[in-house]
Amino acid sequence: MKKSIIVAAVAATGLTAGIANAQTLSQIQERGELNCGVSTGLAGFSAPDANGVWQGFDVDKCRAVAAAILDDPMAVNFVPTTGQTRFSALASGEVDMLARNTTWTFTRDIDLNLTFVGTNYYDGQGFMVPREIGVSSGMELDGATVCIQTGTTTELNLADFFRANGMSYEPVPIETNAEAQQQYLAGACDVYTTDVSGLAATRASFADPGEHVILPEVISKEPLGLVVRDGDKQWEGIVRWTLMALIAAEELGVTSANVAELAEGTDSPEINRLLGAEGDFGAMLGLDSEWAVRAIAAAGNYGEIFAANIGEQTPIGLARGLNAQWTQGGLMYAPPFR
Amino acid sequence: MSNIESHTIAYVRGTMIPEQDPPITETGAIKWLRENLFSGWFNTLLTILSLLIIWWSVAAIGPWLWNMVWNAGSLRECREILAGAEGACFAVINDRWHQLLFGFYPPALYWRPVLALILLFVALAPVLFPDLPRKLLWFSAVYPFVAYHLLWGGSVWLPIVALLGFVAGYVAWRLIHRMSPLASVFAAVIVPVLWWVILAAPLNSFLYSGLPWGLDFVRSDRFGGFLISLVIGITGISISLPLGILLALGRQSDMVFVKSVCVVFIEFIRGVPLITLLFTASLLLNYFLPPGTSFDLILRVIIMVTLFAAAYMAEVIRGGLAALPRGQYEAADALGLDYWKAQRLIIMPQALKISIPGIVNTFIGLFKDTTLVVFIGLLDPIGLSNAIRASTDWQGVYWELFIFIGLLFFVFCFGISRYSMYLERRLKTDHK
Repeated sequence: MKKSIIVAAVAATGLTAGIANAQTLSQIQERGELNCGVSTGLAGFSAPDANGVWQGFDVDKCRAVAAAILDDPMAVNFVPTTGQTRFSALASGEVDMLARNTTWTFTRDIDLNLTFVGTNYYDGQGFMVPREIGVSSGMELDGATVCIQTGTTTELNLADFFRANGMSYEPVPIETNAEAQQQYLAGACDVYTTDVSGLAATRASFADPGEHVILPEVISKEPLGLVVRDGDKQWEGIVRWTLMALIAAEELGVTSANVAELAEGTDSPEINRLLGAEGDFGAMLGLDSEWAVRAIAAAGNYGEIFAANIGEQTPIGLARGLNAQWTQGGLMYAPPFR
Repeated sequence: MSNIESHTIAYVRGTMIPEQDPPITETGAIKWLRENLFSGWFNTLLTILSLLIIWWSVAAIGPWLWNMVWNAGSLRECREILAGAEGACFAVINDRWHQLLFGFYPPALYWRPVLALILLFVALAPVLFPDLPRKLLWFSAVYPFVAYHLLWGGSVWLPIVALLGFVAGYVAWRLIHRMSPLASVFAAVIVPVLWWVILAAPLNSFLYSGLPWGLDFVRSDRFGGFLISLVIGITGISISLPLGILLALGRQSDMVFVKSVCVVFIEFIRGVPLITLLFTASLLLNYFLPPGTSFDLILRVIIMVTLFAAAYMAEVIRGGLAALPRGQYEAADALGLDYWKAQRLIIMPQALKISIPGIVNTFIGLFKDTTLVVFIGLLDPIGLSNAIRASTDWQGVYWELFIFIGLLFFVFCFGISRYSMYLERRLKTDHK
């Protein structure tokens, strides 16, 4: 009841705000800076370093968009948003786009008048248990106590999973990921459940990660997307195709190291169209022809961004999995630049 | 002589027994222990229980604190240094203390908030300690404008022009006061408002284009950490007290309109949780403002926190007013004092004295409530502790950050509370 009122209020105001903000691109160019909504802190995805510079997988997407528009990957004003404030911040125009672990769902896309321009990261909810309890599958968790963040979709997914499999569980509600780690390590719960990327990051921070197992079951689909307001087709296109350019660049072998060289012209028409040597794609977006070159040069292609922030060489150590290119058996698939 | 007497009456002792030490159970540490810790079976039991609890806590926390590590680049390095032992990794404080204190404020400009804090104590001194020369109060009056310029920077003319608004109000009051005291009160309110709304911005840009003086501008979203708590807390505290006094007086007023406005305001604010007001500030206000205007988030939060504290303050002061005997009001009337003079000279000094514990309570509560801004995405110390934990270096650090933040808050809250005790003692002797 309460939720539906808030949703309706956001939807109604989002509509008017959307109309009022139809010129997002020119506003950003005038401001000289992209306002990008990120999470207040999620390991590997967005966090300020010791110098106050934001780093992470989501953050690099903002930098790519800023580079495409403003020719400066640092011209981003990162606005930390919480789970409660993110959609209102976007709808009211406080931020131009959201690059925050936000799951693409029907109601968010349709009812909130937001547009998910594409999937940035395919996540899913999983379970972590201490190795010593000897559980190897989610089906053996009957009667377990489960640490779970309240007020999130993970709570509902958990209830669905246990009901569907005829098992019972006892929830231990917690507020933040840091608190969950403490509770889990202190033995207040047998199982910790959240998105698999979060579990991997959490496990990596333990004193002995080998003592904990992430179970093979992934019980939900969490496609995390980049989000913009409805009502500005041009802006939506810029954010969508910047993301697609990063994904396509990886598929075509364009990296931050060779992008400048390839931009001068290659034998591959697809690369030429992507990097602006052929065709007029930048102008169709309202940008110049070098837009994708700058976006890729900012932090690298999708694969480079993945490897630098959350990949197997980082402490978080996520495998590509579903986030590999479609040619490698993953789901990352950019439509053709044609 | 004693010898002679000792022979005269055999059964009477003629000499003093030499002084002896008191029994060992009635002296020194043992006496103290017996009287205070083991004076009965129940107290003995409590003592043993307490000792056990203390022992357990020390055994649990002691090694952790004893092994603390201050120099490491990440939690992993901390663990390597500790080599399996339990130990606190305070290296995170060493690495990020400047963020916890200043947020994302440019490091080259850290001297500005520090100077603002030092000047704050200078400005507070004459307010807090009446023995200091009264002329220092002028600095206290100007301090908010100095602090604004130090913290935010930008055009030096902006705070000066804003300050001139008060001067304009005072001039208007002086000019009209002789003709009509009531009209002068209205003029003292309306003239500054008109000044700020109409004249201030163009005058500022005119002066700035001619004489572009001022410190580098620092945007509000660079503020964070303890700096944001202090800015919100201190502004809220210093504005909520006068606002609360006005509201309390308004609530007792005979004028129906003033009274009902005050009652509705106080009851509405007190009926709503602070977190709701913060969400209103961060989310709803944006919808009501014309698109494109970016009304500073910190300013919105400061306004909401101040209004919230003012409503509580009004009720605390109303309690003080209610405790004054009716005779005080009548005595003031009998002396022929007008309303404001009676309030200033007779009612308020007594009412405020009674309310000191309540006022200080509200202050401390307000200061600690500033941590609620974490829910609207402002990076106060608690918010930054989450952000720091989200970096791959420090993920998994938990208590160390909270201990540091807790200490910072303790220093300030304890200071406020000690001052209020000093004030109560001093005011008590004044009136004896």
